[in-house]
Amino acid sequence: MMIQWLWITALHVAPKWLESLVEQLFAALPVWLTSNLTPTDATDFIVWPLLQIGVMLLIVLTVVAYLTLAERKVSAWIQVRVGPNRTGPLGLLQPAADGIKLLIKEDVIPFKADKVVFTLAPIISMVCAFIVLAVLPYGPHYASITNINIGLLFILSVSSVGVLGIILGGWASNSKYPLLGALRSSAQMVSYEAAIGLTIVSALIFTRTFSMQGIVEAQRSLGVWFILFLFPSFIVFLVSAVAETNRAPFDLAEAESELVGGFHTEYSGFRFSIFFIAEYTNMVVVSAIAATLYLGGWYVPGMDWVAAQLPAAYREAALTLMGVTAFSIKCGAILYLFIWMRWTFPRYRYDQLMELGWKWLMPAALANIVLTATIFILGKELGLVRSVKGVLEMAWQGKVFFTVAGFLSLFPILALLNAINRNSRSFNLRAQRTTIPLSTRKVKLSPGVKPA
Amino acid sequence: MLPLLVELPPLPTLRDTAFIMPEIILTLFAGAALVLDVALPRSKKHLTAYFSLIGLAFVAIALAQQVAMTASLLPISAFYGMLFIDGLSVVFRFVFIVAAAFSILYSIKYLEFEREQRGEYYALILFSTLGMMFVATSGDLIALFVSFELMSLSVYVLVGYFKRDKRSNEAAMKYFLTGIFSSALMLYGLSLVYGVTGHTNLGLISETIAGYVQGGTAESGDPRLLLMVALVLVAAGLLFKIAAVPFHMWAPDAYEGAPTTVTAFMSVGPKAGAYVLLARMLLFALAPMREMENLPGWAALLAVVAVLTMTVGNLAAVTQDNVKRLLAYSSIAHAGYILLGIVSGTDMGYQGVAFHIMTYTLMNTGVFAIIIALHRQGVIGENLNDLNGLFSRAPSAAVLMLIFILGLAGIPSTAGFVGKFFLFGSLIQSGKPWLTYIAIIAVLNAVVAFYYYARFARAMFLNAPSENIADASPLLLAPSVRITLTLSAIAVLFFGIYPQPLINVADIVAQSITTVYAQSSGIALR
Amino acid sequence: MTFQQLLFIGFAALVLGGGIAVVLLRNPLYGAFALITSFVGLSALYVMMGAQFIGAAQIVVYAGAIMMLFVFVIMLLNVRADEERPPRHRFLVWLAAPLALLLSAGLWLAVAGVQGDRAPSGEAGTVERVGKNLMTRYLLPFELTSVLILLAVVGALHLAKREKE
Repeated sequence: MMIQWLWITALHVAPKWLESLVEQLFAALPVWLTSNLTPTDATDFIVWPLLQIGVMLLIVLTVVAYLTLAERKVSAWIQVRVGPNRTGPLGLLQPAADGIKLLIKEDVIPFKADKVVFTLAPIISMVCAFIVLAVLPYGPHYASITNINIGLLFILSVSSVGVLGIILGGWASNSKYPLLGALRSSAQMVSYEAAIGLTIVSALIFTRTFSMQGIVEAQRSLGVWFILFLFPSFIVFLVSAVAETNRAPFDLAEAESELVGGFHTEYSGFRFSIFFIAEYTNMVVVSAIAATLYLGGWYVPGMDWVAAQLPAAYREAALTLMGVTAFSIKCGAILYLFIWMRWTFPRYRYDQLMELGWKWLMPAALANIVLTATIFILGKELGLVRSVKGVLEMAWQGKVFFTVAGFLSLFPILALLNAINRNSRSFNLRAQRTTIPLSTRKVKLSPGVKPA
Repeated sequence: MLPLLVELPPLPTLRDTAFIMPEIILTLFAGAALVLDVALPRSKKHLTAYFSLIGLAFVAIALAQQVAMTASLLPISAFYGMLFIDGLSVVFRFVFIVAAAFSILYSIKYLEFEREQRGEYYALILFSTLGMMFVATSGDLIALFVSFELMSLSVYVLVGYFKRDKRSNEAAMKYFLTGIFSSALMLYGLSLVYGVTGHTNLGLISETIAGYVQGGTAESGDPRLLLMVALVLVAAGLLFKIAAVPFHMWAPDAYEGAPTTVTAFMSVGPKAGAYVLLARMLLFALAPMREMENLPGWAALLAVVAVLTMTVGNLAAVTQDNVKRLLAYSSIAHAGYILLGIVSGTDMGYQGVAFHIMTYTLMNTGVFAIIIALHRQGVIGENLNDLNGLFSRAPSAAVLMLIFILGLAGIPSTAGFVGKFFLFGSLIQSGKPWLTYIAIIAVLNAVVAFYYYARFARAMFLNAPSENIADASPLLLAPSVRITLTLSAIAVLFFGIYPQPLINVADIVAQSITTVYAQSSGIALR
Repeated sequence: MTFQQLLFIGFAALVLGGGIAVVLLRNPLYGAFALITSFVGLSALYVMMGAQFIGAAQIVVYAGAIMMLFVFVIMLLNVRADEERPPRHRFLVWLAAPLALLLSAGLWLAVAGVQGDRAPSGEAGTVERVGKNLMTRYLLPFELTSVLILLAVVGALHLAKREKE
């Protein structure tokens, strides 16, 4: 907490101080080097972002490190164990110990591996995971690195390239388990990416922008979180997000009982830990998207009122502080949910996974687009909402209408899913067992089961 | 700076939609054909064909209605210049519908025989027709390219329709890879056109280029060389589709490997679509580049291609024994003849182009229909020897075939002669000496062509039937096919003797090209 | 040289380098990889021209989806580096370089004649503007494209479907 306070104060005074420093620096540089760059531009576009990036990297890396600890601690609680508690107080130094161990381990590259790709794969994974951090809205003003017009699209596109790291890693190992893991995970991520993309579309009907800050501002100007309007979309997003990050119950790619370690079976030492870091960073990113799209990002209803009570000089700093805290809490909650899920649900079978993606989540997302658009047009025709220069305006009636309609739209979607999947046998183990023809059956049925 | 689309127009209105009514109906029927295929039991799949034919009839009616209501308003521009309807688009849309209807009609029994009766086939033909119709009505590079791809993509699939047949697979693969490559070249050319002119609308492009052909302005520099590059690329893509000579290699293989009904379709439908696109690009958008100062224009380029095309096509056809390959080379030669009409740049030439494409559609589908009929009677029917003694086995089919073959050869008193007369005559009429020489080469070519067309006649009438024909029973044509073929043959003869009605129709196209395109400045965004 | 130009040269080099690598590399997987690099550079160029949406779509669709399928297929078929080609067409290799040079020179000559700033700028490529344009001015091609995609799906299904006899 103390560190954060210091940081916020620094944020408050930073720009002017930085600018004068850069000006002095410029005086020392040769003219030809700086002829096209004013000190102000240099501060705004180079020095300041670099500082922010450094800080963000530090924080996110720490968060990721402690996420691994959290995973182990939470799993321990769920299984009524203690979890790591030997390294440091409450085991808090465990991530550091893990890191050091992985760093000094022998770095094995299999003899028959494709060495270039083998080395490149973890790097691609990590770079793609980290680039995305640039557009996340950690808080208002200086607490986010950049705010681009296509933020959400940018995240989707970069994370879609991130899959490549996994595929290449699996292929380059030149070994069967990694290849199978990579095949599984790429198919999985590509199919669930489609569901994520589609479910985001329905959210965009309310956000009216792809910019991450813009999405938060849209919720701030309305004073609500979009989870109220977009409940079905949120659920689809959450499920797809778990699958997208290759986590249980969708961790087919690295199913230990089937594929040893999946795509990173052959990786060891620090290369392995890079994959690990990328995976956990992806978790953070996905939870940040969920928090931004559906839970208001750094916005909490009432925070503007609180800020207004403070002296004008501290208003922005207080808003930033509250925003960053709220954002962290929301992300943390979703991350906790992910961990909770992992230690609660059994793993899906591969065909079930594909079926869930294409026959449940995809139709649900599509239907949700249609429904949300219909509801929005309906609200517009009823005069409950209007769009002023790309910003939505609505009174409390509108909010109630959209909330109720959002929750009610669950029913038609469920009806549709039921209609599509009524005859599906993928999730009905008993039906599956009885449909396997006798001739191909390797194992005798137990006495109680009737043959097909 | 390119002009930015700052002012966003409102949504297109019902007025715009009314102009694509035939196309909308066609899309609905094509989609419905797909659904129908799933709904019908295996033994009733052929009903999809009749459904598609009914759909085409509806499309024709809608089109006729549209023509009746808007004939005086032509040219019409809608959808912000994306849609551009003139005489050419009206006439050729009818040609496409007829080509598709013939192909479907001739396919029914053939697919039954091959046990490949499926709704996708008819849906693909309908989708391809949709693409062709939009090619004929698009007034914008983007719409043109997308519809052109719609047309081509369906045919790629159709060529490989017989999955079990290795030749079909090979043909599809060759056609697809080279076709996609040529499309990419064309797209590159189109992007250069856009880069130079800053427009995708054909009328605006034409207008802008007209200002450049004298050497450009100080502001723009001299973009003529870049336009030449664009022209060559676009022409390469289009000439590929019509199988003109440097780009003709795919045609014999694809024609031979494809299911014969698909060969019939692709030799008339998509090919005519490519001619339309060629006319749109060269005679409208790039019209000012016909002849340029100090630089060769496209007329010279096209003339060289035309001469090469007909010479190579005819000479290669002479040695062929496979009927489908022979007809492929003959269709290459015909592409050369048709290009001559565009080269000549006269009214008569354009009339010839339209006339020849229309009659060629009748004649070529007719020839293929009889080959298809032979095929399902147990004769493979692809070798010229298989036609031996056809007259003694099936006199009516042989006579019909003879009429179509004579038409293709361009014997006087058939429609083929009139088409060639117009095409060659326009070269002499244009009054340029070098075009007269080309006309002489063309006539010589037509003489060479007589030889291989005569081989058909000899095989059918003079040779004795081969011993090894599996099924020597008389050839029976389905009543609907027989009626259609008879009508086609009568039309070929009728328009050969009294071509005036069809010339009037062709004149609509020619007028559209010469008068409407000339005032291109009047055609801009709505 | 401004910062923008520097960026342009960097990304253009990425695009061209990727393209050349695709042609030169024998290992198909490396080739796919080089192509992705090229796409990323291209996407950056789009963004520099203000076409942010196209830039993002380029990566999502090409680098993300299509190349993924490419890599997938390469992995499944386990395609290894090409064996050495028979020396039958060796002379073509020697012919290729002069021809490529000739083409480049011709293109350079052609482009050098053109003057004027032809880059669209400003907000032409933002998501909002692209969306509105697709729904108004480009509605017809947009719908046609959807028919094209439907057709492509039907065709692909037909060719890939296994026959039940």
